[in-house]
This record gives sequence, C-alpha cells and structure tokens, in this order.
Amino acid sequence: MIPASFEYHAPTSLPEAIGLLGKLGQAGEEAKILSGGQSLLPLLKLRFARPGHLIDINRIPGLDYLKEEGGVLRIGALVREAALEASALVRAKYAILIDTAAVIADPLVRNQATVCGNLAHGDPANDHPATMLALGADVVATGPKGARTIPVKQFFTAVFTTALEADEVLTEIRVPAPPPGSGGAYVKLERKVGDFATAGAAAFLVIGGGVIEAAGIGLTNLGPTPIKATGAEQFLKGKKPDAATFAEAAKRAAAATSPNPDRRGSVEYKQNMARVLTQRALTRAAQRAAGGQ
Amino acid sequence: MATENDATLRTSADVCGMGHSMKRKEDPRFIRGQGNYIDDIVLPGMLYMDIVRSPFAHAKIVKIDTSRALKVPGVLAVITGETLAQYKLHWMPTLMSDTQMVLPTEKVMYQSQEVAAVIATDRYAAADGVEAVDVEYDPLPVVVDPYKALEPGATVLRTDKPGKKDNHIWHWEAGDRAATEQAFKDAAVKVKEHIYIPRIHVASIETCGCIASFDKAQGKLTVYMTTQAPHAIRTVFALVAGHVGLSEEKIRIISPDIGGGFGGKVPVYPGYVIATAASVVIGKPVKWIEDRMENLQADSFARDYHMDAELAADKDGTITALRIKTVADHGYTDAAANPSKFPAGMFSICTGAYKLKQAFTEMDAAYTNKPPGGVAYRCSFRVTEAVHAIERMVDVLAYEMKIDPAEMRMKNFIGADEFPYKSLLGWEYDSGNYQGALKKAMDMIGYADLRKEQAEKRARGELMGIGICSFVEIVGAGPSKQFDILGIKMFDSAEIRIHPTGKAIARFGTKSQGQGHETTYAQIVAEELGIPASQIQVEEGDTDTAPYGLGTYASRSTPTAGAAAVMAARKIRDKARKIAAHLLEVAEEDLEWEVGKFVVKGAPQKSKTIQEIAFAAYTNHPQGMEAGLEATHYYDPPNLTFPFGSYICVVDIDRGTGEVKIRRFVAIDDCGNIINPMIVQGQVHGGLAMGMAPALMEEISYDENGNNQAGSFMDYLVPTAVETPKWETGHTVTPSPHHPIGAKGVGESATVGAPPAIANAVVDALAHLGVRHIDIPITPEKVWKILHEKGVAE
Amino acid sequence: MASSSHKITVTVNGTRHEAEVESRLLLVHLIREVFRLTGTHIGCDTTHCGACTVLLDGVPTKSCTVLAVQADGRNVKTVEGLEQDGKLHAIQEGFMQEHGLQCGFCTPGMMMTSCALLEHNKNPSEAEIRGAISGNLCRCTGYVNIVKAVQHAAAKLR
Repeated sequence: MIPASFEYHAPTSLPEAIGLLGKLGQAGEEAKILSGGQSLLPLLKLRFARPGHLIDINRIPGLDYLKEEGGVLRIGALVREAALEASALVRAKYAILIDTAAVIADPLVRNQATVCGNLAHGDPANDHPATMLALGADVVATGPKGARTIPVKQFFTAVFTTALEADEVLTEIRVPAPPPGSGGAYVKLERKVGDFATAGAAAFLVIGGGVIEAAGIGLTNLGPTPIKATGAEQFLKGKKPDAATFAEAAKRAAAATSPNPDRRGSVEYKQNMARVLTQRALTRAAQRAAGGQ
Repeated sequence: MATENDATLRTSADVCGMGHSMKRKEDPRFIRGQGNYIDDIVLPGMLYMDIVRSPFAHAKIVKIDTSRALKVPGVLAVITGETLAQYKLHWMPTLMSDTQMVLPTEKVMYQSQEVAAVIATDRYAAADGVEAVDVEYDPLPVVVDPYKALEPGATVLRTDKPGKKDNHIWHWEAGDRAATEQAFKDAAVKVKEHIYIPRIHVASIETCGCIASFDKAQGKLTVYMTTQAPHAIRTVFALVAGHVGLSEEKIRIISPDIGGGFGGKVPVYPGYVIATAASVVIGKPVKWIEDRMENLQADSFARDYHMDAELAADKDGTITALRIKTVADHGYTDAAANPSKFPAGMFSICTGAYKLKQAFTEMDAAYTNKPPGGVAYRCSFRVTEAVHAIERMVDVLAYEMKIDPAEMRMKNFIGADEFPYKSLLGWEYDSGNYQGALKKAMDMIGYADLRKEQAEKRARGELMGIGICSFVEIVGAGPSKQFDILGIKMFDSAEIRIHPTGKAIARFGTKSQGQGHETTYAQIVAEELGIPASQIQVEEGDTDTAPYGLGTYASRSTPTAGAAAVMAARKIRDKARKIAAHLLEVAEEDLEWEVGKFVVKGAPQKSKTIQEIAFAAYTNHPQGMEAGLEATHYYDPPNLTFPFGSYICVVDIDRGTGEVKIRRFVAIDDCGNIINPMIVQGQVHGGLAMGMAPALMEEISYDENGNNQAGSFMDYLVPTAVETPKWETGHTVTPSPHHPIGAKGVGESATVGAPPAIANAVVDALAHLGVRHIDIPITPEKVWKILHEKGVAE
Repeated sequence: MASSSHKITVTVNGTRHEAEVESRLLLVHLIREVFRLTGTHIGCDTTHCGACTVLLDGVPTKSCTVLAVQADGRNVKTVEGLEQDGKLHAIQEGFMQEHGLQCGFCTPGMMMTSCALLEHNKNPSEAEIRGAISGNLCRCTGYVNIVKAVQHAAAKLR
C-alpha cells in the first residue's frame, strides 16, 4: 500500500523534464514520468516498481491540447481520458475514441489518467493501443534531440516495452482525421467495470463504392503486445462489408492472438472472444461508416 | 417495499415505534465524515505495526533475520514466534477449540500467514521494515485439495498435534442414514449432483484492525478492535493471556464504528494478539490496520463446501428423501466461528421448505494449506451452503421430471397450517407460509408471462432463464440448551435506564456494523414505553459499559438482543405501573397501559405519562421502593427463528460471450413483524448484492502450490453499481410465535436466497439443451463453454 | 534511498494548510494523518474501491492514487467540506432521507463522486448515476438506495 522512497521532481518545462531524464539516465538512476499516475502509482504502491525518481510533468503548461489541425487530431501529453470523453469534437468525429475511453478503468480513474500515458505505459492490457493501431495513428516522442514521429504499429515492441528511449517523453498522439465513408468502434469484454479486458477489439473501416477500401483492426490483452491483425485487415480490403465477410475477418483476427490463460479465461475462450468482439466491432464500424450510431 | 400503511402502526410518528421507517440516528455523523472507525483513532505515543507474511503455503521456517529491518529509521522492534513463545502466546485456541498460530516457530501453513511483526513510529517506516525482514524458508509439500488431504498417505499438516496422522478434523452427521438409504432404494426417481461452493471473502470496505493500548500504571489493557463480538473477545483474551497477568476486569474491548462486518470481523486474528503483546511489552499503544490484500489473503474466508447432493421422489413429484455428503475445506485449522456443538453450523436446515420422509447428511472436514475460517459472508452459520444445495436439487429434480420448478415447490412445501414444524434433522420451525411468499413473488414478476416469453425466445434461439429460490433461514442463536461459543451461552442482553427527564439510554451486548441498531433498538423501546425513539440513546461495543452479549452475526441481534430490549422495557413498565399507582392513588390493577402512559380504567382524565413517572422515580417514589427506573434483561431465546422468502430471477444470456445479465430480480422476504421497513429493505438490497456476487463473479481459488489467485480487488471481483441490477422487493408477514414482538431477523436472508435463484435461472436458460447444473460463480467463460459444447455459441 | 522532503501548501475545504511531506506520501494520508480529516477512508490497495474519493480542483479523484506533493497549490474538497454554515449539502440530505448508507464507510467517497456528477448533470438517468459511481464500491446497500439518494439530491438542487 505504501511505495518505497523516491525523489520527486516537478519540472515546469518540457526541456527541463527531458534534461532530467537524460541526466538521471546517465547517472544510472531509474526515472519514470508521472502524468496521470493511474497505472504508475498502483505499481509503486505494491512495490512492483521502485524507480528512484519520479518526474511529474503535470506542472508543464501547454501539454493538454486536444485539437484537430492539418487533417490530424492532436492529443497532447496531459489530455485526460475524461477530457476526451467530454470533447464535442471527439464525440462527433471520433466515436471509436469515445468507445475506448469509456471503458478504461472507472470514471474516477479517468479523471486523472491520460491518453498518452495509456500508450506510453506499454501494457498490452490497456485499451487505447488497439484503437490507435486500428486508426493508424502516430505518436510523437520528444527527447534531447527534438521530436520524432513513430507510427503506432512500430511503437509496441515487447511486453511493457515501447520504442520510447529512456530520455524521451511521449508528447502527442496524432490520429488521422477520418475520411468520408469511414467509421470505427471499440468493443471490450470485461468481467466488471474497472477490470482489464478479457478481450478487446478495435475496428476501423473506410467504405466506398460498396466495398471496404481500408481496414484497421487492433486487439487488446490478447498477446504480449497490443496486436494489429494485419491478416484480417488485408482480407477485408475490397470485400463487401457484410456479416459473412466480418465473420471470416474475425476468425483471422482471432488466429493472430496468443493470449495468456488466466482468471479472465482460457486460451480457447479468449481467442473465441477475440473473434466475437472483432465481428461486433466491425459490424458497428460499418454501421457508423454508413452514417449510423 | 413495506409502506407505513401495511402494519397497524400503534405509535405516532413522534414516538416512532415498530413499523415506522424512521430515518437513522447513526446517519448524522456518517454523512459528515465524522464516523469513528478504527483507523480514525489516534492515541498519544501510538506506534504502528505491520506484518511480514509468508509467500509459501507450506514451508519450514529456517531463519528469520531481523537485522536489516531494525536498521530502518523508525523501526523499533520486530516480533517473531520466538518472542511470543516466551510468553506462551505463539499459539492460541480457536473458537472451535482447535488451535492456531499467532506467529509460527516451526513452519507456515498458508500463503500470507503472519510470520513476524514490525513495530515502528509510523506506518511508512513499518512498511519499509516489513520489506527488510529476511526470512529463509524450506518449502514443504502443499495440500490444497481437501479430497486428496483426506486420502491415506497425504502429507500430514498438523504436525503440531501429537499423534495426528491424517488431515481429518471431524465427522458430523444428522438424520437417519439407514432409513434414508431405504427411501432412495424405494424411490421412483432419483437425482444426484456434485455441488461445489468455492471460497469467497466478505471484503467489507473497511478491513480489520485494532489499537492495543496497555496502561502499565493501571495494569489495564484497552483494545479498540473491529469486532462484532467485543465481550466474547474480552473473555477469550482473559482466558488466553491470563497467564501473563491480563485479568478480565482489566481488559476493555471497544468496538468503534465498524465499516461492515458480515462475519469477517468475528474471529480473533493473529494481528490483534500480536499488537496486544507488543503493547503490553512496550507500554505504548500499538495500531495495526491490515491492507486489502492481507484482508483477502489471510482473513476469515467463507464457504468452500464440496457437496454430493441427492433427492429421491415419487413418480408424482413428491420429494421423499434428501441425502447430502460434504467435504468441508477448513484451511489449516478449524477456526470457523460456529456454536461449539455445531461444527457444520446450521447446515441441517438443508431439508429447507419441504416436507420430506427421510433425510440424512454427513460431513467430513479437512485440513488444507489455506487460511482458516469458514463461517462468514452473511452465511448464517452455513445456511447459504445448505439452501444452495436443496434449492439447486429441487430444480434438478423438476427438470428431470419435467415439472415446472414453481409447481414442484408448491407441491412439496410444508403447509402454512403445519407450524410449529419439526424438521427431520431436528429443528422446530416456528412459523412459515412458503406458498404465500412464492405466490407473491410469482405475481410480482409475472411468472406465467415470463414462461410464455421464454418459449417464444427459445424458438428463436434466444437464451432466457427464470430461476426460483424458496429458502428457509434459521437465525437467532440461540437457546442455551444447545448453543454456546467456547462454553459461553448465546443469550443476549439489554440494559435500559430512564433518566429523570424521561429520556433513556439503552445498552446492548450486540454490535452493529451498519445494521442500524441505534435506530431499531430505540424503536423497539419506544414501542414498549412510549418514549420517543429520538430520545432513546443506544450504545453498543464498549465492554466496560455494555451488558454481556455474544455480539452481532448470523442475524441474531433482533431475535436475541431485540427480545432482551422488549423484556427489559416490560420490566420497567412493571415498575412504572407501581409508581403510577402510587402517584394516582389507585391500585395497580386499576391502571391500563396506553402508548406512553398509564390511565385509570374508566377515568381517562386520570393518567400519568412515562415522563412523569420517570421523574417521580427519582423525586417521589413510593416508600420502600428503590429509586430509579431501569432494568437489565439477559434473553435466552426458547428457539431459533425461521425467516423465509421466495426469490425469482430473470436472466438473459449473450450467446457470443456467455455473459449473464440479470434482467429482473424479485425478492419476497418474510422476517416476521418489521421494526423499520426502510432498514429491512436496505438489508435485503445489500444481501442480494452479496448473493449475486458469489453467484456470478466472486471466487478465491488456489493453484496446486497454494498460491492465492484472487488476492486483491484486481481478481477478487466485487460488483459495482453497473453490474448490480435494480432489486425489486416485497414482503409477507408471518410473525414468530415465540419472539416477544414476533420479529425474526433478516440480515442474511438475501445472501442465502439470491445465489440459488440466480444459478437456477442460468440453468433454466440452458435446460432445454440438457444442462442440469452449473457451479457458482457462473462466469461468462463457464456459460460459453456450455454453449460451445452444445453448438449454440455465436 | 532517502526520500526528498517537500514543503507544500494545499487548500482543503477552503482553508490553506501547510505541510512538509515525503515525496511518497499519498494524498489520502496527507488528508487523514497530517490534516486529521478522517472522513475520507481507505478500503483497498489497488485503486478499485473509491472510498478515498475527494474533489481535486473540483474533479472527483481517488486520493490514494495521487501523491500529496501533486496537490501543492491546489484545492481539495473532502466530505467535511460538504456542509456549509450548518446547512447540509443536498447530497448529504439525499443519503440520509433515502437510506443510502448503512455502515457509512463508502459514503464519503460516494457523496463526493455524486455531488461532482450533479454539478455537470442536473438530471442524471439511473444508468448515468450507476455509471458515475462505478468507481465506488459498496458492500452494504446493494446500490438501489444510493441511486435514490442521488436522485433525491438532484431533485432538490433543480
């Protein structure tokens, strides 16, 4: 219940934060970024993690922007899940993000948890990664040498490991603005509110001329990293967006998973749920692409 | 929901006696955040204790090295089993006269067992200290399966018991084995199922804790403790620690506000004893508050019964016989909080609401490498297990015989005119009307229409189920002839004192943990004496002032202490009559009692109010009579009471995921005469949620190495407001003929009745596929597997 | 590793408090142990139960999962701050009138979450109420009367 001791830093600018990460890294000290803290602090309280330093970025102004510009939705480092849920822009154009935010932990946790943190933490059980994979989003990592853009599909490298360098901060997520005729949905199976996913499926479809022009499918908590179901995505291209197509795509998505058996389910159950949820997400995405809810 | 119009209210809203939904007197402090819970209490010089726990389920302790811990700033001492052994406090008796370790000297027997305790100046230092204690273990073979534990050749766990060569704790049986065997031989129809009810945990939002404070100068020990039974604790402490100089008149147990008990705050946990020993030795107060993971992993669990249940019936659906054989997993010692003559609690209520010709039940308890306990989580002393068995089996029989489950029950219920009813396994049910409750539930939920809807949905491949549970509860332990805990009889007590200005204070041997005693007891006394309930101060929990009682659990408070309040109030009324006669200069027989006053028969203008009488008791009492107006009563109930009810649950099943959604849940309860309808309804709501949780999602399980797989709220799933449906409640009133106000107790009825109703609903949804039984918790995966096997999964 | 120590100023229920705290001190411990406001409770160690809910700059937050130092210069409202000038907040009245509490341990957290809900949603549906309190666990009430309590308060505030 009580964390081990650590040093706490509250920089007031991004360069200061990055400088601290670099300095401490070079001194062989472990430092973690504290943004929402809703994944990090629970780990510290159970002493599963004992970084010597926490670098709190909440005092840095200008990191909480949520805006669409240049055909991209830009989500800053300190945008809380609750802010995403409350955004009229996101509700109107990025329903899949609302689906996702609404099932992360519980409403109280979402008041503090950040969207960027949900990716940076590298937990395959977090929900936004699958959605960002389906959307083909990018993340921006800012370090001492400046900012670089990393496609989300290259971001999750191993369990709890991302492409972020030790001296980089994940400062932005960039979601391409949805083209006409597109729609997305995220469906999560959880044992109760607040649980991690037994399985989660994000689907994003661009439909034109009665066929699927592009498809993105991301899967939550079904492998050591969030999964991009490329086989299923490729299958969908050029096909009619009907139940039979979705059923086959869902089968392929499930085949791409390697879930751990645990109290949420056996391998067989989780893989079948990957299939069921993918089909449901695709169905809903197609409905939204056609202008529905 | 009971309304004010239901019962005939004999008192005004001002007096607020029986039947009023009086707003609670305890609420003003709670809604202001001014409750006085154990962790809110701070004493001068107080130290903090935190506990080192074993990662192994069974292991020899090779070495405990405290040197690093003692160097942590703020750490003052580390207590081990060796420390306590010097005072012979390293082992203590359990409530079932077995023995349990306070701190081990040789080996640990469950994961998270207490191994050492760190005393520090603040809780952060204590946590650091715990991490710095180095313990070397030598793992031993682990026994987690109680059947394997009972096999010859199994690793013997209780090597501390000289001559013990197995893991068998006790054998218990009730009923006529041979006659039941014959009844099964003669039966036209027989059904049998293996029913496992897994371990669960009360998980009250407040965990357990204490502050032990030994005053060296006075030689007095005060322990603030989350306990549902403060007097029993005091006596146990005196017996256990008498040899180190603790004497009962110098022990004070104070139970402050408790954030939920549900039976989990009845046992004497090692933490309490270690903190007490620490305080006695150090001479300063020592606070120990367990965190949630410790609570889930080491405290009193509930259930863990493996039951082979059978019913026999005639070809017309008349149930003739019941047989249940159970293996009870008790963990490493028998520390269940049962009355001493009932190692299986009230399990023999398993004949339920039905007339049977024969019944026999036997049980064998086994030691395993798990924490001890067993009786908790609103089980009414194992009634949850018993009712689950009979109510599941009645449905199994109904499907086997293609008889509607409601019809099967109605056909076999004990008749409303057959009370008091002597059950085959030795209980005398006081009163009941099982048909009435079931009919009311069926009407309220629209049973016939639901069966129509089910048929239509089935034709379309949709899965919907209707489940019924008609339960009989058995509460109010209990009559001194049969009931004691460690030899102390299970009476309970009330001490009422009326002040000169007509107000009152009433103290009890019970201890509320949210049941609203400060309100309901005041209402009982208000009913008897006509003093407004708002002017009756109710106190519980301080053993220095409260009369001796056995505490609150197993729904016993209203049946025992509630009755004591009535009897004490009537003793006061008897004395009040004498004073009134003196004041009015009439004979006692010339007086009539009306609410709050004595009136001269035939001369209604000549009366004295209870307030006037109270004043006179101190200023103008008759010569030769003692002054004052008070009474104490220790109530020995003549029998238990038997609340009952019928619950009906409607579920819809998602064929893709196996998720079970409760669409509707109707609960009809009968707890006899109702003191406060609002509070009774609240008890039912809460009990239903604590019945749904084990039915659908709660389970504590262990892997083959004895690792607890649900040791935090991450995996021990307590439902939120989203999973919990909107409960629909109603009641019937069948008073208890032997209770002075006809009340029965209700706290656990819903936890008893809900799980079978839900399990029966899910099985009902799948019955047409040939499914007959599913063990709880009925998780989505369990359902999905069945759907998959039957070829109907999405 | 010694924990750095920080001087912080936190406004709690309108009153400024100063404290010198370890980096690792949790906000809930700051409130309960340093400021001695014990109405905010601790019920778990994995950020599930919500008994520790307070308003941090008006936002309902689990104070066990925030560091005390993060509250430096900010506003915290606890259950003790609901009653103003001897007048109960509508949510407190709602809980008492509708029997929305039994043991009272989850109640402060429930009320803080609920009063924040009612700030933003004057007429929440039953589903919205249940969703809003899904981060607050209760074992006693079965939630029905808690929903009624919030509805009672909402009606009072409208």
